[in-house]
Amino acid sequence: MGATALQNTLARARDEDRAVLIGYMPAGFPDLESSVKVIEAMVRGGCDVIEVGLPYSDPMMDGPTIQRAAGQALQAGTNTDDVFRVVEATAATGAAALVMSYWNPIERYGVERFATELAKAGGTGVITPDLLPEESAQWRAASEATGLDRIHLVAPSSSDRRLALTTEACSGFVYAASLMGVTGTRAQVSSTAEELVRRTRAVTRESELPICVGLGISTSAQAAEVAAYADGVIVGAGFCQRVLDAPDLETGLLAVESFAEELAAGVRSR
Amino acid sequence: MSHDGPVPDELGHYGRFGGRFAPESLVAALDEVDTEWDKARQDPQFKAELDELLRDYTGRPSPLSEARNFSEHAGGARILLKREDLNHTGSHKINNVLGQALLAKRMGKHRIIAETGAGQHGVATATACALLGLDCVIYMGEQDTERQALNVARMRMLGAEVVPVAIGSRTLKDAINEAFRDWVTNVDHTHYLFGTVAGPHPFPELVRDLHYVVGAETREQVRERVGRLPDAVAACVGGGSNAMAIFAAFIPDEDVALYGFEAGGEGVGTDRTAASITAGSPGVFHGARTFVLQDEYGQTRESHSISAGLDYPAVGPEHAHLAQTGRAVYEPVTDAEAMEAFRLLCRTEGIIPAIETAHALAGARRIGERLGPDGVVVVNLSGRGDKDVNTAATYFGLVDSEDHT
Repeated sequence: MGATALQNTLARARDEDRAVLIGYMPAGFPDLESSVKVIEAMVRGGCDVIEVGLPYSDPMMDGPTIQRAAGQALQAGTNTDDVFRVVEATAATGAAALVMSYWNPIERYGVERFATELAKAGGTGVITPDLLPEESAQWRAASEATGLDRIHLVAPSSSDRRLALTTEACSGFVYAASLMGVTGTRAQVSSTAEELVRRTRAVTRESELPICVGLGISTSAQAAEVAAYADGVIVGAGFCQRVLDAPDLETGLLAVESFAEELAAGVRSR
Repeated sequence: MSHDGPVPDELGHYGRFGGRFAPESLVAALDEVDTEWDKARQDPQFKAELDELLRDYTGRPSPLSEARNFSEHAGGARILLKREDLNHTGSHKINNVLGQALLAKRMGKHRIIAETGAGQHGVATATACALLGLDCVIYMGEQDTERQALNVARMRMLGAEVVPVAIGSRTLKDAINEAFRDWVTNVDHTHYLFGTVAGPHPFPELVRDLHYVVGAETREQVRERVGRLPDAVAACVGGGSNAMAIFAAFIPDEDVALYGFEAGGEGVGTDRTAASITAGSPGVFHGARTFVLQDEYGQTRESHSISAGLDYPAVGPEHAHLAQTGRAVYEPVTDAEAMEAFRLLCRTEGIIPAIETAHALAGARRIGERLGPDGVVVVNLSGRGDKDVNTAATYFGLVDSEDHT
């Protein structure tokens, strides 16, 4: 199978000697139509890749901001089929469209069916924060059959053995959690992030699997700092916060777009 | 203390259930708990320390009481009550808590976090932390802090910080979500003292093993008392710790029927239920594959039970496995049936059970009716009902003032 949209995006950025900017937004937040507009604003501002969040009732790894955003999406009635519609709209912008989902909604939808529908909608892969490689056999088969990328996470607490195991299970990139904690903005990027990327590079020397860093990144300066050693910078809560804080959608869209512009400048200042 | 029921595979699978669905950030800590528990259980000094606490602090072995009057309301079958309500802190929860608290010290973790529904696990955890000099934070759904206010006060008296969780359904499941978020952030110095046989591997196995003593004692006590093994063993099932506590030692005894009684709430045909095996479907929840109350998209459905301790939309993975293989039978008991059994035990035996436990008593009545006077049924009397006096008094209209919330 040829390279995925995600892989092409990462390769292009590598050629341009910059990191990619990956933005997260839950589908259906604040409602279905508006979430597409928010994502379009993120892409206009410079996001190369969009993680479309699948809102879940028990988001164990999310801090208060994303809990609120995803909670509003669920309140608005967002379901898995709606997520595919948002993915379709995202792919139409030209950005690579990923889904970020806890495992149960995928398993419940049917692993093969989920993969097929996502590929049909133009999705390029899935980030699975609570699916460890040990439990991923069915997903691996389904994603390979449909040409989707599989993105698992590594953490500062991961042993070298697990870094090797996890990166071997990934395609597209590996998501390096910058710190021990849940999603949300932080005053500074944890010093553990660079060390984790260094250790992960050591086990991906042959595969050259790109490494993107997320958790706690919410300013242009932080994006630049991370872009110096990582292949991609992932920002989520910062985008959600701007939508939550805006008095109306139009204001929110402007805030989101200019935030993306700031971050896009950051990932280009290596 | 540390005997096992059937061992899950190396990755924590019980048949198709169990396993580990958790953030990578927690894998190192889960592996550490697994490895240290393997070492500790073989360490004579650890075993001696835990055995001494169970005997001199908890008050083990707990007695087996024959409920001769209650028996008349259970088809005349002999009903034997395993009195875990007489343990220090008033429920079976202390067995697991003391073991894990000692394990935490062994791992050099000085801060303990835990979730609680009814408050029994929180009280037991706060107690162990007071005894062993550990910092203690308890997460509790806001709705539960209201219906179990007495236990909130008990935990605070024991020096624990109680954090009401005001998101989601504001019950046990949300308290667990919040405890996991804390753990992932503070895992270097914090142990998550998980309270039931659910969660990612190795918690279902660890919690079961620390409670194994309950069934092991019961088995000997029944044989001594009756001259044979019982026909049936009954327990209530929320997450399932007290049920696994009394089931585990009996699993190899194929002639002993195992019954788990789930909280049917207002009925399993309604959406006001917590019976995850009867009314749920296989899914992944709180770190394991098990039966979950969920909608067609895998979103967790809110559970309902009059008892806070059973108000949980899933169940431990070993129970899911026992249900699937047929080794244990799981039946729902409604709020109304449970409250009737609660009232009966109070009036006939002078024992006020926890409302959780009352579900098992209601189930025992059914089993007794089927077995008749030759039958012998053991019920895990998993907790005492002091904490439920307010709920029960309201339910039965025993308080004069309307202002009893």
